[in-house]
Amino acid sequence: MTTQTPPPEGHTQHDDAVAKVAEEGIDGLARETEGLSQGQLVRKRFMHNTAAVIAVVVLLFVVLLAITSIGFGPIPGWWKWGFIEQPPLVDGGRPTLRFTGLGEHPFGQDNLGRDLFAMTMRGTQMTLLVMTIIGILTGIIGTVIGAVSGYYRGMLEAFLMRVTDVIIIIPLLVLAAVLGRTAMTYVGPGIWRVVALGVLIGLFAWTALARLVRAEILSLREREFVDAARLAGARDRRIIFKHILPNSVGVITVNLTLLLAAAVLLETALSYLNLGVQAPDWSLGRLISANQQAFTTRPWLFWFPGLFIILICLSINFIGDGLRDAFDPRQKKFNPKKATEASGHMLDETDGYSVVDAGAHQKDLPRDIARSGADDEGTAPGPQKPV
Amino acid sequence: MLGYVIRRLLMAVVILFASSYLVYVLSAFAGDPLEDLRQSRDPNREALMAQRTERLNLDVSPFLRYFLWIRGALGCAAPFIAQCDLGTNLQGFQVTDLLARAMAQTILLVTGATILAIIIGITLGIVSALRQYSGLDYGITFMAFLFFSLPVFWVAVLLKEFGAIRFNDFLRDAGFSPFTIVFVDIVTALAFYSAAYGATRTKALISGGAALAVMLLMVGVDATGWLKAPFLGIPGILVLGLLGAVVFTFLISGFRNKRALYSGLTSVLVAVIVYFPIQGFLDDSMTWPKMFALGLVTLVVGLGIGYAFGGYDRGQGMRVGGLTALWAGGLVLLDRYFQSWPAYVSHGRIRGRPIATVGSSTPGFNEGFWLTGIDTLTHLILPTAALMLVALAGYSRYSRASMLEIMNQDYIRTARAKGVSERAVVMKHAFRNALIPLATLIAFDIGGLIGGAVITENVFAFTGMGQLFIQALNVVDLNPLMGFFLITGILAMVFNLIADLLYSVLDPRVRVKA
Repeated sequence: MTTQTPPPEGHTQHDDAVAKVAEEGIDGLARETEGLSQGQLVRKRFMHNTAAVIAVVVLLFVVLLAITSIGFGPIPGWWKWGFIEQPPLVDGGRPTLRFTGLGEHPFGQDNLGRDLFAMTMRGTQMTLLVMTIIGILTGIIGTVIGAVSGYYRGMLEAFLMRVTDVIIIIPLLVLAAVLGRTAMTYVGPGIWRVVALGVLIGLFAWTALARLVRAEILSLREREFVDAARLAGARDRRIIFKHILPNSVGVITVNLTLLLAAAVLLETALSYLNLGVQAPDWSLGRLISANQQAFTTRPWLFWFPGLFIILICLSINFIGDGLRDAFDPRQKKFNPKKATEASGHMLDETDGYSVVDAGAHQKDLPRDIARSGADDEGTAPGPQKPV
Repeated sequence: MLGYVIRRLLMAVVILFASSYLVYVLSAFAGDPLEDLRQSRDPNREALMAQRTERLNLDVSPFLRYFLWIRGALGCAAPFIAQCDLGTNLQGFQVTDLLARAMAQTILLVTGATILAIIIGITLGIVSALRQYSGLDYGITFMAFLFFSLPVFWVAVLLKEFGAIRFNDFLRDAGFSPFTIVFVDIVTALAFYSAAYGATRTKALISGGAALAVMLLMVGVDATGWLKAPFLGIPGILVLGLLGAVVFTFLISGFRNKRALYSGLTSVLVAVIVYFPIQGFLDDSMTWPKMFALGLVTLVVGLGIGYAFGGYDRGQGMRVGGLTALWAGGLVLLDRYFQSWPAYVSHGRIRGRPIATVGSSTPGFNEGFWLTGIDTLTHLILPTAALMLVALAGYSRYSRASMLEIMNQDYIRTARAKGVSERAVVMKHAFRNALIPLATLIAFDIGGLIGGAVITENVFAFTGMGQLFIQALNVVDLNPLMGFFLITGILAMVFNLIADLLYSVLDPRVRVKA
């Protein structure tokens, strides 16, 4: 869109269309970039992505519902049942959720009469808790190790990257299972075991992020503004944290988001294998493993926890996708319908491919594919999904 | 190149040592291997504990015990110098035997799933890239995101319920009610209408045709009792075989190469002609090596047909002939399995519920080559489907991205500008190059898969590598756990290297640092 040249003399209909699109493109570009900071630009582009915005709303709704309904720690909840109480069975424990209201037990009850809504909310809390701890720890450790090794290079980089190599070949699920077993041995049942699980996994799950950040820093440190900062007398710490890292915030955010989605699946999988959250606490994975035998008699015990896992994971994935688009500087404000129409006028035989959407589908290329090549580090995989 | 490989391999050995040490120490501190004995009320439990401690050197600190273990494990790397010894598990079984059995099960499980996921995922990705921003593209993209977010254990439980229990119920009195037929027809028509590409009239024609085909198929299946006693027969092999020939010709050479089309059609004809003579050969004396040899013969015959037709591009004809021959041979094989199907379903051990939910075979079921083959397939179908669905999403996203990137390159525009047909542009210029980044991804995935299907194996009670690991971890049984890690670690390292080498071989722009 940016490289269009004005049409030569002797206009045809096609040329007119090209010129029109080109002008709009340049105009649109100028208007978009005028006086906006990077943050504002990213936010603006993100808000144009309907799927991502819906995903944010859904995720916020799930988080608020989970925290306010049964309460968390000191926060009191508005829901009448707790996740351990055993009220009498109503109507065989069938769900009472209707369009008109929640009813007595919106998600139904299990065979002991426990309220599935309360249990699911507790499970969601635990899943989100583990996810948050893993996210924070991984984000900090991965960024710092990646930044330090990318900036200082030399022996330090060699050492840190070999440590990364050593950890990264252990499959994440295997490592997490071992750590989950460790948490079971040393920490008594209860919320602290869940916290310990999150912390232990977070201490080992940073490797993929560290590699990506290092690769990003390696290219950023050669740029002029870093030289300028160094000439101005800035210290290394200031250069890394004030000049380089803000420029790699896109890579970090996007990959961290995708890692969060993987962490949700990891935690539910561990709990399903009975190596994560344990009785009397609930995780979404443990709810499914505890109730899978009852599928024929009480299918709702199986549907609702699964639905919440998918809701959380799907919305995080969509947010990650939206962020990737928003952070990509090659991407301009883009309307697929318009582009298809415009290209239809311009080049009839190209099946919808044209100069108009030249920058557009770059966004789809996952960063690690774009980067992968035969260097010493091997190919960096995306977050592993436990299967 | 050689220098690079040697350097990488040396590095891999060092890394493997370090990470196996890490895993050993972490797992050793994960729990107490004597826990079951401590809690038992056995009068001689002290003696049992002492015996296990003695046998597994539990009195040595894990930091040092690792070196006792690695001494035995090194024997596996250099079998002529020392003996391969991965130790024993808590019960005293040799870990090498356990691993061999588990590996066989896991390979059985993941092979089909991986191949299917790659083929279907890449096809979906390419199709959605070629129809970017269409309803089909949005549909596939959304499905990819959804599958990517699905926990595999949830999918597995669903499959068990609907793919096995309900489906077996359905098979008991198989048949479609008129209501079902109409409903499926409407759904098909809507799906095809939204997925089709082109003018409204074309879309309506396509969706109408698809709905009609589905309706005829369902009525036919209902009328012939096909679900009870499935068959292909000569007509089925002929129709499906010709369809295969046409598709392969279209993909490989295009219809302008008449000789390629003819060689495909001839392959199908040959398959139909040998259908009756070969039935006597496909009896219970069949073995897998014989089957493999038959496949090879089929391929050679197909290639020969293509060669005989010749023409300006003999290679295309041979490829079409060979592929079509394999496809038609596969149909004959499928027909043979179909012939044994009623006997399998009514077998005393199966009792009319063919699709299994757990295990890799019916215990003690051994009724000759064909029935045992069906038994394995009915056990594999659900875990394969679960693994495939979950892996599909990644491949379709990656291949879509890769294809879009390629379709935007200048040389594609050049090819179009000089008048190359759209088929040739896509298949020859774009598709092959789009596969390059995928090749590395696939190599990478295969490396991780052998140890990776932990949850799926758990749900379907497959006694593979994943189960071995989980069971070992639960009782903190270090030797099998380390055996598991050794295999997965080595495979990950090797396939990592293969991925990088593959990239530099396929993409001449990438050169390895020697």
